[in-house]
Amino acid sequence: MKDIECFHDAVSHIPETASQIKKQGRKIMGYLCSYAPEELIHAAGFHPMRLFSSKSDIVLAENHLQSYCCSLVRGILEDSLNGRLDFLDGAVFPHTCDSMQRLSDIWRMNNRYAFFADVVLPAKLNTESAGIYMTEVLARFKKDLEAAIGKDIPDTEIKASISLFNRIRKNLSALYDLNSRHPGLISGRDLYALVKGSMIMDRKEAADRLANIVSHLEKMSPPVKPGKRLILSGSVCDTPDIFDAIETAGGVLVGDDLCTGQRWFEGPVMEDTPPLSAMAQRYRDRVTCPAKHSGLTTRAENLVSLVQKTRADGVVFLMLKFCDPHTFDYPYLKERLDGAGIKSMIFEMDDQQQSLAQFSTRIETFIHMI
Amino acid sequence: MPEKPNETVKIKSAKKMRDLMTAYYLEALSAGQNHKPVAWITSGGPVEPLVAMDIIPVYPENHGAMIGSAKMGEDLCAKAEDMGYSSDLCSYARADIACSVVKGGPIGGLPKPDMLICCNNICGTVLKWYEVQARFYNVPLFIFDTPICHGAYTPEIARYVRTQIDEYIAFLETVTQRKLDHDRMNEVGKLSLEGQRLWQKVLNTTAHKPSPMSAFDAFFFLALIVTLRGTRIAVDFYKELIEEMEQRIRDGVSSVPNERYRLLWDNLPVWHRLKWLSSKFSDHHACLVADTYTSAWCGTIKYIDENRFLDSMAEAYTRIYLNIGVDQMAEEVLNMIRFYDIDGFVMHSNRSCKPYSFGQMDIMRIVREKTGIPVLMIEADMTDPRSFSESQVETRIDAFMEIIKQRRG
Ligand code: SF4
Ligand code: SF4
Ligand code: SF4
Repeated sequence: MKDIECFHDAVSHIPETASQIKKQGRKIMGYLCSYAPEELIHAAGFHPMRLFSSKSDIVLAENHLQSYCCSLVRGILEDSLNGRLDFLDGAVFPHTCDSMQRLSDIWRMNNRYAFFADVVLPAKLNTESAGIYMTEVLARFKKDLEAAIGKDIPDTEIKASISLFNRIRKNLSALYDLNSRHPGLISGRDLYALVKGSMIMDRKEAADRLANIVSHLEKMSPPVKPGKRLILSGSVCDTPDIFDAIETAGGVLVGDDLCTGQRWFEGPVMEDTPPLSAMAQRYRDRVTCPAKHSGLTTRAENLVSLVQKTRADGVVFLMLKFCDPHTFDYPYLKERLDGAGIKSMIFEMDDQQQSLAQFSTRIETFIHMI
Repeated sequence: MPEKPNETVKIKSAKKMRDLMTAYYLEALSAGQNHKPVAWITSGGPVEPLVAMDIIPVYPENHGAMIGSAKMGEDLCAKAEDMGYSSDLCSYARADIACSVVKGGPIGGLPKPDMLICCNNICGTVLKWYEVQARFYNVPLFIFDTPICHGAYTPEIARYVRTQIDEYIAFLETVTQRKLDHDRMNEVGKLSLEGQRLWQKVLNTTAHKPSPMSAFDAFFFLALIVTLRGTRIAVDFYKELIEEMEQRIRDGVSSVPNERYRLLWDNLPVWHRLKWLSSKFSDHHACLVADTYTSAWCGTIKYIDENRFLDSMAEAYTRIYLNIGVDQMAEEVLNMIRFYDIDGFVMHSNRSCKPYSFGQMDIMRIVREKTGIPVLMIEADMTDPRSFSESQVETRIDAFMEIIKQRRG
């Protein structure tokens, strides 16, 4: 359907998407990582755009980052140095992993855009003082934005942005929910284009189109031949061929633990509390990324309960090579899944990965096994 | 503990240092029998409250260095990989995690912790590593969260970290069921600061030409300021060490025979190749007189106020070398190049340590632009020898030294 096509268009032609937004007189703020306070960026009048790697060959970034840095970080730096992100008016770096932390420094020291900000979030989320600090960091970021635009950002604007982003979250949740009840209703490739597109295209357009898509899919009759129900877990999955390979092998995706998936959009920002504390609260409540701490077993509990809730048959861990936070968590997550009788497989890949032949073989074997 | 490379005139204090470290590890290993609580703590963590409360601090990273020096890193890292840990993770973490399970390593594993103290001022790795250990040992974990200061030490960072000092002490009091004695705390704070000042003084002696000691010696003598910071033992020892260094200077004793070139080292030592590297450089009459690593344990003295130790500790622990922006790190490197009159800069690109290694290439460019001195980057890992190629590194060192020689004439 046309609405879905628009998302595919937006994600496969990012510079064009950007230039259309700029034509409307809006400045574009790139952001890294799912902990970026998009609502504030948006309320300041910028268009927030999550940065992904264009997966081009690493040439210029070789002079800044060694080969043992994750391909996402190297890829995004390459894009910037190469001028492929010259549509940006600035970039925002939430603090996450060590690689991102240093990317922020390198970016700032070789900056090509007008605006730059770090949002030095706490690493620990589950204490009161971390909550207070988180709110203060957001307040500082708000000030940075205000300095850039030369005027205050009124609470009403932030609230309006929050409710717009909540609308996107709500529709994406509804989509996932539909798809998990009737797997195959929408292909993995489409589903993830919707998620990624929602980080890239105009947010009002995204929210409206998502609502159309949900109501359209609600009316469709569920497919007859579902496959093995799978959950993806990892950081970023920006390789649509993975979804095709899973489906070809007889699997269907019924949920995920990805920061390009449910971790990013699950759970609204409260609309009846002061906006900054509400945003901080959501970061503390949402399903955590492993670069943050919120309890020793929280991630495993989330994953096991996601599997149970979606009645999944197995979990596929997709690890970007050199990604410390995720690879550190893998042994314990696997152990907890094993303990709960849930089958899993792990696949280590590069964001730059060209051939998925190996993945296809592995996923076929896995699907036969479960 | 790390082995001491050979040299012309041995540093006499080395034996005493070895004895002190042995005594320290014996005490730690018998803590259980003596009903003393043990806390594992990260190398950059705030140890002073532990010392003040008679909790024995144990440093998995120092243990990692011992494992590396004993050349037991490969085996332990491989065991961790069998347990499902990626070979791209920090080798200290891999070795330690495996060691806990198999009780291996040079001292048969560390004493079991009663609590874990993780300060993330060095990296995000320790956060994940200590989570793993907290699950494994099923003991309480305190995370001392020190937000990175890419630029400023902002008021909100100051407040957050300061609050955590109180939370930290409350945590220790709960776990040990004891109260912190504030007079004792002040005393420990003073000793800590004095120890750091003395350590700085030890490192400063190498500004003398020829240098009485090298960075390889500093890697060895570092263990005390890490593990026994805040004790009289460290203070007394470093006083003696300074005396010995000053005597060596008076006697014209140098670390490297006929020192001709003075080099600066960046990143962690390559523990499994200390001797080898030391003699490689020494053959060229080059002395590694300073490094960015050992100076991290005295780099924030300027923030410490001994009369308000706990308050000022917040800033001192947050603004350590690794927890600042790469541009600030480059500034510190430039200062060291001036202070020690450096002819060449050797950077260890350390696969294990991402926060230390990413940004090195920008520092390299800045150093080249601002000083014109040659820079060498060698690929290694501090504990895991599998990624190390002796022949390749040797060729590169030779070529690098050639350039320095030509430049210096
Ligand atoms: S995995 Fe999470 S913390 Fe890491 S970059 Fe992605 S969103 Fe950020
Ligand atoms: S993929 Fe992993 S290493 Fe890369 S930016 Fe995300 S969390 Fe960091
Ligand atoms: S070597 Fe680096 S990554 Fe490993 S614990 Fe030390 S600071 Fe962290």
